[in-house]
Amino acid sequence: MELRVIHERCSGCGTCRLTCALENFREVNPAKALLRIRGRFPAPGDYRIDLCDQCGECAEICPVEAITQLNGAYRVDTEACINCMVCVDACPKGVVMTPHQDEEPAICTACGACAAICPREAIITAPSHTLQKEAG
Amino acid sequence: MRYGYAGTILRIDLDSGAIQKQPLPEALADKFIGGRGFVAKTLFDELLPDIQPFDPENRFIMATGPLSGHLLPASGKTHFGAKSPANGGYADSNMGGHFGPQLKYAGYDMLILTGRASAPSLIVIEDASVQIRSAEAYWGQGAIVAETQLKRDLGDDYQILTIGPAGEKLVRYACISHDFGRQAGRTGIGAVLGSKLVKAIAIKGTGSLPVHDVEAAYRAGKEAYAKVTQKPGFKEWVPEGTAGITDFINEVGVFPTRNFQSSYSEHHKAINGKAILKELKITDKGCYGCPTPCGKYGHAKTKSGEAFVEGPEFETIALFGGNCLLPTISDVAYANYLCDELGVDTISAGVVISWAIECYEKGILGREEIGREIAFGELETVEYLLAKIAAREGIGHLLAEGVKAAAEKTGQGSDRFAIHVKGLEWSGYECRNSPSMMLAYMTADIGAHHARAWVVGHDLAGSWSDVNEMIASAGEGPRELPEAVVKPECADYVIESQHVRPLFDALGICRLQFMELGFEPENYEKLFHCITGQKRTWEELLAVSERIWTLTRAISLKEVPGFGRAWDFPPERFSTEPITSGPNKGRLLSREKLERLLDWYYRARGWDAEGRPTRETYARMGLADEAHVLSAMGLCRPEAG
Repeated sequence: MELRVIHERCSGCGTCRLTCALENFREVNPAKALLRIRGRFPAPGDYRIDLCDQCGECAEICPVEAITQLNGAYRVDTEACINCMVCVDACPKGVVMTPHQDEEPAICTACGACAAICPREAIITAPSHTLQKEAG
Repeated sequence: MRYGYAGTILRIDLDSGAIQKQPLPEALADKFIGGRGFVAKTLFDELLPDIQPFDPENRFIMATGPLSGHLLPASGKTHFGAKSPANGGYADSNMGGHFGPQLKYAGYDMLILTGRASAPSLIVIEDASVQIRSAEAYWGQGAIVAETQLKRDLGDDYQILTIGPAGEKLVRYACISHDFGRQAGRTGIGAVLGSKLVKAIAIKGTGSLPVHDVEAAYRAGKEAYAKVTQKPGFKEWVPEGTAGITDFINEVGVFPTRNFQSSYSEHHKAINGKAILKELKITDKGCYGCPTPCGKYGHAKTKSGEAFVEGPEFETIALFGGNCLLPTISDVAYANYLCDELGVDTISAGVVISWAIECYEKGILGREEIGREIAFGELETVEYLLAKIAAREGIGHLLAEGVKAAAEKTGQGSDRFAIHVKGLEWSGYECRNSPSMMLAYMTADIGAHHARAWVVGHDLAGSWSDVNEMIASAGEGPRELPEAVVKPECADYVIESQHVRPLFDALGICRLQFMELGFEPENYEKLFHCITGQKRTWEELLAVSERIWTLTRAISLKEVPGFGRAWDFPPERFSTEPITSGPNKGRLLSREKLERLLDWYYRARGWDAEGRPTRETYARMGLADEAHVLSAMGLCRPEAG
């Protein structure tokens, strides 16, 4: 599933993060979410949604090739991962997360739960050609 | 473990620096739910009549509810409480934003501050770590400047609340600021924090909340969002938020204008929700988990300056746009920004300033005392007085005490138009043709506040659905309205309503989806069950809310010498001076009608003629222990006869 963000629609409510933690970890704990919302206040006064765009830089930099793409989303092989956190620092969007603290990082699974619940339609799923048109 | 709750009460004594963590008592959660209920029970048990609001012995309480921070629409409310700087009795104030949920993720349902720090302090909480640090670097800063600086210093993932200079100077209507535009505005709660020399509290929580049935709660949460966003009214409410009711409130003649001389403002279209969209708005800004963001964040340009500011919301529009007659939405937004940065409640500030201007017009306060000419409709007047108030300089020292104290000190009949109840300045609804709403203001536990029972619609239309239709039809110009009937049902409706909104303050969530969008009670029953594991019907939850209402009355009776019936009246203006213009021109509510409203209200509540709950009423509410305390003080008697 492909996800796209429309920053201008975001109102910063964070429902996506709470839902992400519930969907992926069955916990009421947005600190475990695999996406971020940044409020830019007082100026310019808006929100930015930081969500994995499947750029693959994490996989490229991983020294033990523990990150591979599966069904359109990058996954961390917890057996192979050596917890070096190089991918965390390398992610251009800062969304290779550490929900298990010092243990292996985690990356957005592209499950779409955030998009399904977003009351603002600021995160959306749709075929790529539609997305580009709408997000443009 | 208690499902839904974080499970711990955090106490910080600022005198000694002692930090105490107590398990949340089961009985407290059972009997008082959370939020406002926790605040009330703690204040009843721990306050004493000889404690003054700014004494170290006063409590500063911050409490969440069992639903705060969970997946359901608008679970971001935080409730604050203390002995009231407005009147010495019960005070609470709540805000949205993201703070309460973080407190719970950090592991705490409630935070209680006692004592006074020896120097300006900052409290930093990260999960189990609780630190008291120096706030010298931030003391004196504006509330939003300080929040910006603290985000830089501590990290963007902290949620922060601050006070502004007004809180530091103990202005009696100083607020707490959070998230660059949400405030706990009422009752001077920010001044209580200031009296403890605490500039800010920063919280980061990374823990998980315990849930009774996580699968069911997740499913119910998702369903709740789907249902709310499909509600009729969702698409109408979101674009303008609370500002969207401006035209309606004005057209039905309940919009405070010129220090409540009138209830109709000719220039309402220049200060309404549409004006916000046209002149100010950058983004919608939502509280935690909220699908219907009231916050409209924008940029205002005025002759006095430019500012980024959240709002103005309806109350600020009413008090600065209507009551102080600021002519444009940009002017109102700039006044809003000044209040936010200085850290004062826009409602109280708007009332205090409009009172001062009327005093000046009437020659009661002169140019020499004020320091310049002041006038309705002039942003410079508002800017000048706000700066004086926040610094407690010159005329500001008088005005910083609130409109009741200022009028008592000024004399010359200025108390007749000092618009407050119980020392708390009146919010955005003029009620001379709205007896139910008048009674709601008279009997609201903290003073003249609208959010305990918003019953304007009862007087105008008799039911919620009709009112929503009326709001939707605004724009047709002033209505011909019949004189509202003063009848016993006014009291019944007020009482019923006073249990509904405050229930949400106990649950720790926003009432908007229920009140404004009609999201049904059974949804909340289901969520409450999935999250906490307890089956409580809506009626059972409302019964807890009634218990809390009785307890907040008891707190003011216990803390304020002579508290009772005399404290439940509005200023004389409303019963002696007819409305000067608009659809309700000529209307007033006589003292005799006000007395009758109170009689009906007290009787229906099981209170005596002085407004004191009887021993039987306390017993019926499950407050027999509290009744013993009050009996010993001579404040609780059995029913007569």
